[in-house]
Amino acid sequence: MTVDTKDPVLLANVSRRRFMLGVAGGSALVLAARWDWAHANTEEEQKYGAAGMPGGWTDDPNVFIQIDADGTVTLVNHRSEMGQGIRTSVAMVMADELGANWDQVKVQQAVGDHSRYGNQNTDGSRSMRHWYGPLRRAAAAARQMLEQSAANQWLVPVEEVRAGVHEVVHEPSGRTLGFGELAEAARGLEVPDHTSLKLKSDGDLRFLGKETGIINGELKSAFPKAIDGEDIVSGKAVFGADVDVGDRLYAVIARPPVYGATLKNFDDAAALKVPGVKKVMSIEGTGQPAAFKPLGGVAVVATNTWAAIKGREALSIDWDNGPAEDNSAYTSGSYREALEKRSQSPGKVIREEGDLAKAMESAAQKVSATYYMPHMAQAPMEPPNATVRIEKDRAEVWAPVQNPEATRNTVAERLGFDPANVIVNVTLLGGGFGRKSKPDFAIEAASIAQTFEGQPVTLQWTREDDLQHSYFHTVSVDHLEAGLDENGKTIGWLHRSLSPSISSLFAPDPEHKVDFELGMGLNTTPFNIPALQLENPPASAHVRIGWFRAVYNLPHAWAIQSFAHELSVAAGRDHRDYLLELLGEDRKIPNPSVGDTWNYGEDPDIYTINTGRMRGVIERATDEARWGKELPKGRGMGLAFHHSFVSYTAVVFDVEVDDAGELIIHRADIAFDCGPQANPERIRSQMEGACVMGIGIALQNEISFQDGVAQQSNFDRYLLPRMTEAPREVRVHLVDNPDVPMGGVGEPGLPPVAPALVNAIYAATGKRIRSLPVGDQLKA
Amino acid sequence: MVTLNINGEQYELDVPDDMPLLWAIRDVVGLKGTKFGCGIAQCGACTVHMDGTAIRSCTTPVSAAAGEITTIEAMEQDPVGKRVQQAWLDLGVAQCGYCQGGQIMNATSLLKQNSAPSKDEIINAMAGNLCRCGTYNRILVAIERAAGGEEQA
Repeated sequence: MTVDTKDPVLLANVSRRRFMLGVAGGSALVLAARWDWAHANTEEEQKYGAAGMPGGWTDDPNVFIQIDADGTVTLVNHRSEMGQGIRTSVAMVMADELGANWDQVKVQQAVGDHSRYGNQNTDGSRSMRHWYGPLRRAAAAARQMLEQSAANQWLVPVEEVRAGVHEVVHEPSGRTLGFGELAEAARGLEVPDHTSLKLKSDGDLRFLGKETGIINGELKSAFPKAIDGEDIVSGKAVFGADVDVGDRLYAVIARPPVYGATLKNFDDAAALKVPGVKKVMSIEGTGQPAAFKPLGGVAVVATNTWAAIKGREALSIDWDNGPAEDNSAYTSGSYREALEKRSQSPGKVIREEGDLAKAMESAAQKVSATYYMPHMAQAPMEPPNATVRIEKDRAEVWAPVQNPEATRNTVAERLGFDPANVIVNVTLLGGGFGRKSKPDFAIEAASIAQTFEGQPVTLQWTREDDLQHSYFHTVSVDHLEAGLDENGKTIGWLHRSLSPSISSLFAPDPEHKVDFELGMGLNTTPFNIPALQLENPPASAHVRIGWFRAVYNLPHAWAIQSFAHELSVAAGRDHRDYLLELLGEDRKIPNPSVGDTWNYGEDPDIYTINTGRMRGVIERATDEARWGKELPKGRGMGLAFHHSFVSYTAVVFDVEVDDAGELIIHRADIAFDCGPQANPERIRSQMEGACVMGIGIALQNEISFQDGVAQQSNFDRYLLPRMTEAPREVRVHLVDNPDVPMGGVGEPGLPPVAPALVNAIYAATGKRIRSLPVGDQLKA
Repeated sequence: MVTLNINGEQYELDVPDDMPLLWAIRDVVGLKGTKFGCGIAQCGACTVHMDGTAIRSCTTPVSAAAGEITTIEAMEQDPVGKRVQQAWLDLGVAQCGYCQGGQIMNATSLLKQNSAPSKDEIINAMAGNLCRCGTYNRILVAIERAAGGEEQA
């Protein structure tokens, strides 16, 4: 899977260019201007978007495109594939602009190397948003070099030649030369500079923006076929532990059950008697804050995974909870009570508009509610694993990681190696959802492999390891109060939001949410209410808190979208109409004006909070769902929307709850506006998947702690949605909105799902759920 | 020594009797298409066929795996399996793909026993297979498509 093994035929001798500076305006930019790469030329603006990411971006065709004499086009994908279809989408972007025949396209996975590829951290719903422009430009440059090469051979002006599908045509004479025939000569040409790049017009595109696949029950076409589709259905696709590295050892690790605890001593006599067990060794821990580093513990290394698991069961270990401090007293029930109590008193004010006290005083009606969302584990179907081989001062890693550069650097740090001597091969990820953005498991594997020089070691996390030692989704209490005037209009809004912060993973616990957490739907609350106050009382972290798909948007959307529904009920108004009134007239809210300095890393002048787009998705979802239609007793519709990752989503559920409290989800209608769509088919699949995952958040997901120990250890008690929980029908409605900057896709579908479902349950039953998961609350 | 018949090949393995078939297939025989997901028969990622019927290889000890074992790698030689695989491709079912081998094994087993299952029969038969990406709606349509293909054949 290493990228550097083949000799590039095309462009191999052309020096690499980077355009971090000096991207100039000009006519060639016009076609791409809506993707805003023309804005990357002042120091101020470079803080944003792809340019603001570690490693930045490159659009050098040498880095991404290689054409062999036989016409094979190899496209390098430097983003991690975890189910979002990025290997296919990245190839579509380049193949379309280049003019490559899809059947002659191969995708090669990049190793972790920011200095070569630019940023590779596959996180934050950024891959297409940040790379659509650079990758199209890289392909346009390569195509123009092929055209120039053909013009040179035919001794004709380049204006007379044009790339078609996998060939260049001389239009006046009808002569053609294939890409493969031109590659050798093209390699000596200069890479055209930005001002001479000509991107294809939308009408000349074959793949990008085209609707394929199954759309609301109807199969349009299955082309272009998914890059890894055939390998997946035939069992040939290579996920982490599937790599073929020859003779190797397998390991599992017993980790301290409480965050921060350390190894006191262990007895490995019985473990060493298990057939196949080769070695038992301690793994150095990290203490708090753990960042991406291992928790420490005892590793059992064996000739197969089963022997390692049996060996671990035979270990006798004493842990020292002293260094864990009060983490060893962390119990979810009492922690929740403490947060709920704190939510009744004022906290750190993060946004204040109008005079809330006065508004509440004059209110004809007051409403208040407190919402809870528990810890959750990402639980990708492929548990964390990594394979490492160490030879002298060099290490090679094969792992399903979202952030290969961080993997490289942290493994190098652990081993005391030069990062240049650590190669990180990114396999397919069997799901990520934020868990695999932390490379702790690769560091663990490297620690073990150091003892077995020359022999690869595969470290496998079991499901128990995954659920008990995750980087958990935060836990949250959100308390809201509102005042309504005599007409039912909301005139005052108070929101106190409490959750431990992810930043506790990297530094002493700030006990308050930091900018990027507040910016995930809290201080960006879009409602037009005369008096609004947002507060963030303290909450301390006692486990490793980490990213979970959509992150802090989940509790914020859950609370705000539930409460808005409660207000509409209190006012005796239709929920959709009331939501649109809360939003007020269409307007753009500058992020700095509401104290949001995050904005997902994007330039607030380009990506502005747009309430018109919120209205657009609300109207689309409700219209498609036939909101307001007559429904039988026990059946109801629920709505929620949310703006995150600079995209907009609204969800409507149609549900039924029978007399026994059994929930049937008849249908979900999801309206999504991410601006320009590169691969609509995979956008639909992301929305469908987010819908199912959100149903799990609403109904099932919970990790609870007793004395610092996670109480769920496998799928028998950490419940995930099955086909039985899926909606009978999911309809995805993509909003056609090509003239705005591109938004994220992987995460923004998720936040409104749980509140929409809970609002639907209320509509069906009159029962208000404020504590997730719903579990058996409908049966009480 | 344990003798396993996997995809038509005989394997003599020096493994303990209680080793789950999953680890014998993956770590000893070296076929990596069968996946580890939970180890307690809750997720279905490890599904293989024994004598044509879906079983969970993570909780089936090799001592109980005396029948003909078929893994995802051999599904394209099975007419029903091949049709299921094609339906998966036609509908773009897979997202990350990790669970899909097990899903296909289970769906193929279902269609071998019931060539025209109802929606409810499909849902009940597939309820043991988790997909964290949430591809259930497409899986359902794909199974219906694969079943319909048989009627036309």
